[in-house]
Amino acid sequence: MSAPLLETQGLQKSFGALQVARAIDFRLEAGARHALIGPNGAGKTTLVNLLTGALAPSGGRVLFDGADVTRLAQAKRVKRGIARTFQINQLFRGLSVFENVCLAVAERLGAGGTMLAAAGRRAEVIAEATRLVELLRLGADAGRRIDELPYGRQRLVEIALALGLEPRLLLLDEPAAGIPSAESHILLEAIAALPRGIAVLIIEHDMDLVFRFAERITVMVSGAIYAEGTPAEIAANRDVRAVYLGGALDA
Amino acid sequence: MSLREAAREYATRHRVRAWEALPWLAGLAAFFLFPNYLAFGTQVLVTILFALSLDLVLGYAGIVTLGHAAFFGAGAYTAAMLAAHAGWNEPLSGLAAAALVAGAVGFASGWVVLRAQGLALLMLTLCTMALLEQAANMGAAWTGGFDGMPGLAFRPIAGLFEFDVLYFRSQYLYALAVLFAGFVAVRLLVYSPFGRSLTGIRENVLRMHALGAPVRARQVRVYAFSAALAGVAGAVFVQANGYVNLAVLGLERAAGVLIILILGGYGRLYGAFVGALVYMLLEHSLSKAYPTAWQLGLGLTLMLVALYARNGILGLAAALRSRWSGR
Amino acid sequence: MDLASILLGGLASGMVLFVVSVGLSVTMGLMGFVNLAHGGFAMLGGYAVALAMRHWGMPFFAALALAFAAVAALGVLLERTLYARLYRASELDQVLFTIGLAFVMIAGVTLAVGPESQSIALPAWLRGQTDLGFLRYRSYSLALIAAGALLMLALWLGFERTRAGAQIRAAVDNRRMAESLGVDVRRLFTLVFALGSGLAAVGGGLGAEILGLDPQYPLRYLAYFLIVVAVGGLGRVSGVFAAALVIGVLDFVLKVEFPKGGAIFIYALAMIILLARPQGLAGKRA
Repeated sequence: MSAPLLETQGLQKSFGALQVARAIDFRLEAGARHALIGPNGAGKTTLVNLLTGALAPSGGRVLFDGADVTRLAQAKRVKRGIARTFQINQLFRGLSVFENVCLAVAERLGAGGTMLAAAGRRAEVIAEATRLVELLRLGADAGRRIDELPYGRQRLVEIALALGLEPRLLLLDEPAAGIPSAESHILLEAIAALPRGIAVLIIEHDMDLVFRFAERITVMVSGAIYAEGTPAEIAANRDVRAVYLGGALDA
Repeated sequence: MSLREAAREYATRHRVRAWEALPWLAGLAAFFLFPNYLAFGTQVLVTILFALSLDLVLGYAGIVTLGHAAFFGAGAYTAAMLAAHAGWNEPLSGLAAAALVAGAVGFASGWVVLRAQGLALLMLTLCTMALLEQAANMGAAWTGGFDGMPGLAFRPIAGLFEFDVLYFRSQYLYALAVLFAGFVAVRLLVYSPFGRSLTGIRENVLRMHALGAPVRARQVRVYAFSAALAGVAGAVFVQANGYVNLAVLGLERAAGVLIILILGGYGRLYGAFVGALVYMLLEHSLSKAYPTAWQLGLGLTLMLVALYARNGILGLAAALRSRWSGR
Repeated sequence: MDLASILLGGLASGMVLFVVSVGLSVTMGLMGFVNLAHGGFAMLGGYAVALAMRHWGMPFFAALALAFAAVAALGVLLERTLYARLYRASELDQVLFTIGLAFVMIAGVTLAVGPESQSIALPAWLRGQTDLGFLRYRSYSLALIAAGALLMLALWLGFERTRAGAQIRAAVDNRRMAESLGVDVRRLFTLVFALGSGLAAVGGGLGAEILGLDPQYPLRYLAYFLIVVAVGGLGRVSGVFAAALVIGVLDFVLKVEFPKGGAIFIYALAMIILLARPQGLAGKRA
């Protein structure tokens, strides 16, 4: 079997005496559709932070595409193809939707450092940003400032930024949180339309979304991986049901 | 605004608009209309250039600094010391030397201090400037110490235009030309992808990291560029006035340019112009006659601006305009 | 000057810095508010002492107490009406506002009293010298050292042993956590601001012989107050104490040995410390 796209070996993180991630061995294949679930405080976002480089581990390794990226800074990991969305929106609030997306696309295209030519002349940036804005049905709000938008639409911009980086691994931290159910289909369609080549890892509490999207599910509890398998296996797993899902899937 | 409109706005934002010629026409007109005030006018032009350099760092990159006079002073003393000790008093090359030295100081100090944030960063910028001021005081043999170096003379600009000690005619046009060149550079930078990314760094540094941007490298780059520009302003100051002293490195100058930029409106390219003109005109007419009342009025104005008009005069104008157009 | 004299002189300066700056450190640590007008409170306190003694014939210590109360009251007023509006504002707005306030204080004092520097007549028993056995030294400086040490002790006890002190420490460390534990953070802000301004006022009066007293006071010493606070660590009384003493002694020594530009060592040291430990000597890593 070929090497996985992402692999962690014995990854752990402690804050003083508090261990938030214990000896995590996690694998993700290219093109995966993987969901990470678990009770609050299980360490799911911590794992994402460790994977993206926002947090430095206390031990263990992170391997991406065969290379050891454990010591690599966040920005460099982005260049290698790891992108994420945040649990709470991290957007450029004073700028418009379109400008937000353009910033992401410009960075990916390596244009961000150009000092002397006008940004407006980068037609490829504008074209790609336009495509992404349309993909997430944000066209009507394209010119509005982020802080004028309802939270749900801001969430979609958050996704657009990550997509603009054209990652090989996309980490979505509770993407549906805050999106009203009337609009969540836009999110679902966008995720479903992602190229098969991208591996996608979603942290979610919305079980409906999880079971529709995921081909594999990992359950985390108290900083460790509790169970892993296909959706059917996880749904049938009595321990998982007891610890987390409760009776939600009996319906 | 539809998507097409938003895209078009983005694509054409950098285009030069007709009214942008106004400041320069006004500057030239002033040369003919106010021949007895060209010395004052030269000071205003130098200050605008200095404030522009600060706007890059503060208004666009979001770095709050109380020590930008460090670079103004570095450029000033470079031009002065070259003229006084090395006999190098050709003004244009003096400008280039000042830009290089100030830019190098900016690069080195930026590389060191920009790893900090918040209060620590503010203090580090303040300390850098104070350090240079003390160094200039210590090296009195070179810098003239507290009294500075008066009586500096410079050769005619491009060999043709002599510095006119009485009426400041050539100084004024010289400063205007240098300001124009500096402004063109700043404007290009601000509308470039680099400039846009600075705005991103200012608005959300965390997000910029998560977009893969080399944040610190960009910050150091703009800091160095801005320092070089401030150095040019300092050099023009010295060449036009013919003297230098420790005040070019002082907290008063650094705080003064900060106040000017905020009063005019930071992050708006022309805030430097508006702020410098308004502030210096008021100061010129009021502070000599009623210094204490001037300080009181200035203090109250700053407090009010911080509370109600944080985007300065241009910000107020923009708010009024959008109120009238009913948005 | 021999070592002991230099040390004592430096310690006295440091103690004045401590008394003035400790309030700034705690308010900045608690409220995260950059208050560049803090020196203005010290100045107002000094002027209050000078004027009360001169026009009302108040004795020195009574005047100090009056200055504390008056400036603390002013602090409460300003905090509730003006400062509170800027707690959520950007650092730049806070810098701007407090610079403006400092200007207003400077101009106000100049208009009310005049631009000349003021002197404070120390009580007779503080003038002259005290015999310490191994050394005779200025009584005033020795009294400053004693006062500073006493204040440090009092503050330390206050923070460690009283409930309010515990609440302040908790809120400095983690405001949101403290709020969710039921601490009334707003009232704490006002209390701390009043206390800090009052202490600054006392420092202004006590230290008038060393730091002088004239309308330019707030801006002249601003850099030093800020350095003491930043280097010591926001909200850390022990840190401010250590930083103030170190800078006081250094400054004193440098004024004697290197009057021209000697302060460069202070700025360099401050930079080195801030780069190695941006949270300050006693500060908690963010």
